[in-house]
Amino acid sequence: MIPELGHFALVLALLLALGQSWFGLLGAARGRVAWMRAAETSVAGQWWLLLLSFAALVWSFVRFDFSVAYVANTSNSLLPLFYRIAAAWGGHEGSLLLWALILASWSAAIVFFSRQMPLPFRSRVLGILGLVSVGFILFLLSTSNPFDRLMPAAPEGRDLNPLLQDFALAVHPPTLYLGYVGLAVPFAFACATLLEGRQEVDWARWARPWTLVAWLCLTVGITLGSWWAYYELGWGGYWFWDPVENASFMPWLMATALVHSLAVTEKRGLFRSWTLLLAVSAFSLSLLGTFLVRSGVLVSVHAFATDPSRGLFILGFLVAVIGGALTLYAWRAPALQAPGGFAPTSREAFLLFNNALLVAAAGLILVGTLYPLFMDALGLGKISVGPPYFGIAFLVPMVPLLLLMVFGMHAAWKYSRLGTAKRPLLMLLPLALLAAVGLILAGYDHFSLAAFAGFGVALWLMGSSLVAPWQRRDRWRSLPAGFWGMTLAHFGVGLFTLGVTGVESYRIERDLSLAPGESATLMGYAFRFDGTREVQGPNYAAVEGSFTVTREGQPVTVLTSQKRLYASGGNPMTEAGIHVSPRRDLFVALGEDLGAGKWSMRLQYKPLIRYVWLGALLMALGGLLATADRRYRVQLRQEEGQPA
Amino acid sequence: MTPRQKRIWMVVGIVGGVGLAATLALQAFQDNLMYFQSPTQVLEQPIAGERSFRLGGLVEPGSVTREPGNLEVRFRITDNVEAIEVSYAGLLPDLFREGQGVIVRGKLGADGLFVAEEVLAKHDENYMPPEVAESLRMPPLIKQVEAGGA
Amino acid sequence: MMRKLLFVLPGIAFILLAAFLVQGLFLDPSRIPSPLIGAPAPQFALPDLADSSRQVSNRDWTGSPYLVNVWGTWCAGCREEHEVLLDIARDSDLPILGINWKDQRELALRWLAELGNPYSAVGADLEGRVAIDWGVYGAPETFLVGADGRVLWKHIGPLTLEAWRVDFLPRLAGQGS
Repeated sequence: MIPELGHFALVLALLLALGQSWFGLLGAARGRVAWMRAAETSVAGQWWLLLLSFAALVWSFVRFDFSVAYVANTSNSLLPLFYRIAAAWGGHEGSLLLWALILASWSAAIVFFSRQMPLPFRSRVLGILGLVSVGFILFLLSTSNPFDRLMPAAPEGRDLNPLLQDFALAVHPPTLYLGYVGLAVPFAFACATLLEGRQEVDWARWARPWTLVAWLCLTVGITLGSWWAYYELGWGGYWFWDPVENASFMPWLMATALVHSLAVTEKRGLFRSWTLLLAVSAFSLSLLGTFLVRSGVLVSVHAFATDPSRGLFILGFLVAVIGGALTLYAWRAPALQAPGGFAPTSREAFLLFNNALLVAAAGLILVGTLYPLFMDALGLGKISVGPPYFGIAFLVPMVPLLLLMVFGMHAAWKYSRLGTAKRPLLMLLPLALLAAVGLILAGYDHFSLAAFAGFGVALWLMGSSLVAPWQRRDRWRSLPAGFWGMTLAHFGVGLFTLGVTGVESYRIERDLSLAPGESATLMGYAFRFDGTREVQGPNYAAVEGSFTVTREGQPVTVLTSQKRLYASGGNPMTEAGIHVSPRRDLFVALGEDLGAGKWSMRLQYKPLIRYVWLGALLMALGGLLATADRRYRVQLRQEEGQPA
Repeated sequence: MTPRQKRIWMVVGIVGGVGLAATLALQAFQDNLMYFQSPTQVLEQPIAGERSFRLGGLVEPGSVTREPGNLEVRFRITDNVEAIEVSYAGLLPDLFREGQGVIVRGKLGADGLFVAEEVLAKHDENYMPPEVAESLRMPPLIKQVEAGGA
Repeated sequence: MMRKLLFVLPGIAFILLAAFLVQGLFLDPSRIPSPLIGAPAPQFALPDLADSSRQVSNRDWTGSPYLVNVWGTWCAGCREEHEVLLDIARDSDLPILGINWKDQRELALRWLAELGNPYSAVGADLEGRVAIDWGVYGAPETFLVGADGRVLWKHIGPLTLEAWRVDFLPRLAGQGS
């Protein structure tokens, strides 16, 4: 009964989503207040229904209802409660339901928090979001119904993929979806602006906090995914330029550009049509990512359930949403006039470069991701683009971006003026380079030009981001949260750069064959293999290898790595052993029994890798701070004071 | 300079910069294109020894061998028509198994031995890399049957 | 005019991209439609693998739906799908007819003894004549034949539970038996 209830709630939610778009768009067009109010009521109703539907799915998981096909496919009776709940979004159908719920939550949040926007504009935004929601729920009902019954019921489930039985991965998809779907909000703002032919730029101010929140969720989601891949896949890599990763990274780059370009549009009224295009593109790329992942057109290690009918549906949806938005853009955007100009080294100019470089990076990654598909479509053979391409395609626009960032943070609006920041910035450069040399000499065994340049830029950037707060140290309390957000985020970029440079320049990976008692040495760390033993877990059995790590005779740690076999069957899984310190990670992964008493294993030394994630989290935290800026809150309060 | 001139210069700067970036990236692109071949294609039109490519197929059942205690492993990758001997010194992925679809990246030696730098196995139980699925559709040859009986 | 054109450009770029994506979607090799689908299943009569004095014919099975699976011990893909066939044989009462293609009898029998036998009957197609009638161009391939003797579906490559669930079960449900 409960699954049918969920299914029914989903159907009702579809009707309300239709109502939301109909009343929202037509109500605004005809100026009927009652219709526009009805759109808001539909949003609330839709949210409750989707929540009910999702709860019904979670309930089916909690109660081991293997008569539901999706439950039988992604869980089994040995799965602990936490992972049974997480399994609700561990497969295609459930994760899509979560998408729909998150989208409805964003709509509901707009109804609650954006009361300062004029009613017709808000109504149009909700109408557009309603259209997107209609598409998603239709997709769910027509090709991916999570409540489909299995007749007869399965006696036992097939289990959640063991790779997904992990905390970070249980949290990673919802965060990522919050970001993906969150980009629908600036998209809807852009469409509403175009629909109204709005000449004012107040929409940029309204859209900024929403964009920031979506962007920071995306940042956290990607970071969690990278962290998960690092310790769970057993390879010790943090980024693989896999199509699925690219699918999340391209919208991130566009959203980053959008966050910056919105600032220009809000403060100076410039880049209007460009900002609108970015808002449309960011969400388009997030939909395109969904298509690539769910339709199976690209070879990827992240194989989601793949099915051409699903692909066809998403593609149709993609064409309707993006095609519609771009047509609207071509029709309305040329009428937008930009007032005034700006000097070549003003903040506007720096942000223009920022946008150009970020978009170029996204474009190059898009080309690399889709190129195999183009070649295949043209019958030119099966080709893949190697990760080194992506490395270079990303690095080439990023280096100038980092250098421009050092100055851009301090540039003034409209005029070419760095003011009092110029001297400290130039003085910081030799200091940063000196520190980079020191870092290399103190920590590593050889000098590398790339590492020197990377460390230098990273340290310069970190220093530069602290110049402004230092100069304003006597009035810290009065500085707006937006300022602190920017400072923190840019410092995070520096820290991220430091981490990436460290890992990429000085990481060591060795695959070895050792017998118990034998040792190997990496960067002064001696790893002694102490042998293996059998271990029994809650739903798996494992062989555990243990390693004693010493440095110059002093014990550092004892690491264990397991090779697990889950009770539900399937393939073995490796759990790596990792020792963390601010300077480096030590990483061991147990391989297999090679015979003659020896085992294969992978030992790794990963310098500064923690700063990759820490830097990314600081960026997200910066975004959070900026969202809390008083400017956005004051509006809310003013509005609360007014009669509704 | 008038503001108009400045703007023109800025546009020139951006277009030039992005163009340069694109050129560099495309250069890298050319160098990193990797072809995918099935064992039959390898024997028909081998890719020159210094260039890496990806070879895909099934791990032939019974072909995985190694000297006890040695990291290096040998196995044959087959598309049910031809098979290529592969050598790999390193950790095999968890999902590597006889009879399963895999893709290996590496170079073909003059002696016909493929030296792999990386072995990729499918991530999911139900997933076969599409290239491998396609290469498996080759019709079997009579000699294959004879080999099976030998 | 030129300025307006600039704003149309993103739309045009997107249309091009979408065209490629549509094409990419239909590249999946296992989706090549077989001319046999919807046509009456070719009749065959082959010597029984276990006892060559007897004959296995699909004529004996008409009137109810059945599966025809083409396999051989030389075929690694067949090994991969074998467990799926065993699952199907265990969980449903659908008969599975095996066509042992260009194989050797002893090897095939040993394969079935060691791995389990999902088949209701296996015919030995040593020369591959029947396989040609059925349009087989690689093993494994699996056909679903309806109660009216028409081919309902053809699966190319190793059978998976996913394919079984998505492609076979719904078509079987339409058979009403």
